[in-house]
Amino acid sequence: MAYLKLDHVDKIFTRGTATTEVLKDINLTIEKGEYVSIIGHSGCGKSTMLNIVAGLTTATTGGVLLEEREVNSPGPDRAVVFQNHSLLPWLTVYENVRLGVDKVFAKTKTKAERDAWTLHNLNLVQMAHAKDKRPNEISGGMKQRVGIARALAMEPKVLLLDEPFGALDALTRAHLQDSVMALHQKLGNTILMITHDVDEAVLLSDRIVMMTNGPSAHIGEVLEVALPRPRKRLELATNATYVKCRQRVLEFLYERHRFVEAA
Amino acid sequence: MSMPALTNDRAPKAVPTASTSASVVTMTPKQPPKAERYVKMVREVAVRVVPPLIVLALFLLVWELLCRRAGSALPPPSRVFSETRELIFHPFFDHGGIDKGLFWHLEASLRRVAIGYAIAAVVGVGVGTLIGQSVWAMRGLDPIFQVLRTIPPLAWLPLSLAAFRDGQPSAIFVIFITSVWPIIINTAVGIRNIPQDYRNVAAVVQLNPLEFFAKIMIPAAAPYIFTGLRIGIGLSWLAIVAAEMLIGGVGIGFFIWDAWNSSHISEIILALFYVGIIGFVLDRLIAFVGKIVTRGTATN
Repeated sequence: MAYLKLDHVDKIFTRGTATTEVLKDINLTIEKGEYVSIIGHSGCGKSTMLNIVAGLTTATTGGVLLEEREVNSPGPDRAVVFQNHSLLPWLTVYENVRLGVDKVFAKTKTKAERDAWTLHNLNLVQMAHAKDKRPNEISGGMKQRVGIARALAMEPKVLLLDEPFGALDALTRAHLQDSVMALHQKLGNTILMITHDVDEAVLLSDRIVMMTNGPSAHIGEVLEVALPRPRKRLELATNATYVKCRQRVLEFLYERHRFVEAA
Repeated sequence: MSMPALTNDRAPKAVPTASTSASVVTMTPKQPPKAERYVKMVREVAVRVVPPLIVLALFLLVWELLCRRAGSALPPPSRVFSETRELIFHPFFDHGGIDKGLFWHLEASLRRVAIGYAIAAVVGVGVGTLIGQSVWAMRGLDPIFQVLRTIPPLAWLPLSLAAFRDGQPSAIFVIFITSVWPIIINTAVGIRNIPQDYRNVAAVVQLNPLEFFAKIMIPAAAPYIFTGLRIGIGLSWLAIVAAEMLIGGVGIGFFIWDAWNSSHISEIILALFYVGIIGFVLDRLIAFVGKIVTRGTATN
């Protein structure tokens, strides 16, 4: 039984009389605890797809089912980690996480429990030490950690990552990828991640969904990454399965669906 | 990590020769002696205070020279001082009616401004939020506001006198109507400029409209709101003096008008001095409050 299901999702943007079909007939099922990445060139509608799952955009036709129930408005059961962290700059790190916790657990947890839960989640991403700092006082990588903590703290059924490491430098990115892998291992979240980094996709995912170029982008190919977990970045570099998966994705992106508009 | 690091063999290798014998320098944080720090502080203050003092002194000197000869229309600073000595040193006397010390006049004016401005702040932020949030409210209200805001404050006074049949509420209304426009317009711009990201966050967390207003809108728009509030306080202080000249009673505006009618030019000059200082302080006060409230927001 599918945990999360995108069922014949089409998305057409209309501006005045001009219409653009961004997504066409997207069908995807994700099992509980699975880590699925969506990869594709920019403009292929990856973000639109994630926004539809998040409920921030509605599908023109088709729909999203989470545990057999249709979802069409945003909610904490599909928490998003945004690309640019989107922390509220007037709140401290703690308050940013607490905002979601207070809403989600307003009835089920006492004040003290919500406080403990907030700190617990900051601890998970190793950010408890900076809990009283404001977002502009911490580095980009740290902000993204807090963004992850905020999403995790809502105990989402599906964690949506919208190019979470895109704005980070390579070293910080690698570090954060390892953290996310460890969290996934520990908590067993269902994760849907958007990326345009081939290595990232292969390293983190159970399955990689490759999107064709827009307009009318659709799922071109789905690749199973049959690598055992926990995965070690260094050991994988020479692993035959890893190299093969990487090759497959590269071929898809750069041979069969080359980005024609790229300069 | 998407690209293997290229090792450039032709690049000159770092030669580790001198590094082995480099002596370790212990870094002790420099703590200048107290006296030195005080000197530094005094210097910093002096840099800010001395130039305006020099200009002020020069200005007074020129004024004195221009106005000291017999028959000049305006009194020189020395005569202003000697004639207003009583008012300067006894600001709290109260002989009944409008024969009061300057403190009471200023207090009356400030009270009117405080009431009118407070109403303007609440209404301005409220209406501004509405316009910023709703396209239809903006389309309907914005053109009307753009016309209304150009009406000079005093032009409202006769109308408000007709409506309220009393000086006090009329003056407060004039303050309100003067200062509300910049607050509305700036708030609306601030609300409209709230990044989509923050709205997305609020949507995912499922804040209700009231929480969204208090937790996202107001803090996110705070820098804009305070710009409006700061312009508003300046305008209301501008308007109160003129309004009070017309409505009479206790207040710095009428004090000036009264002094003119009794040809006490020195008193006018003293009152202008106070008006200027208080306007300055009000402006800085709002700026200060804004700085505290928006710390964090403004830098993003």
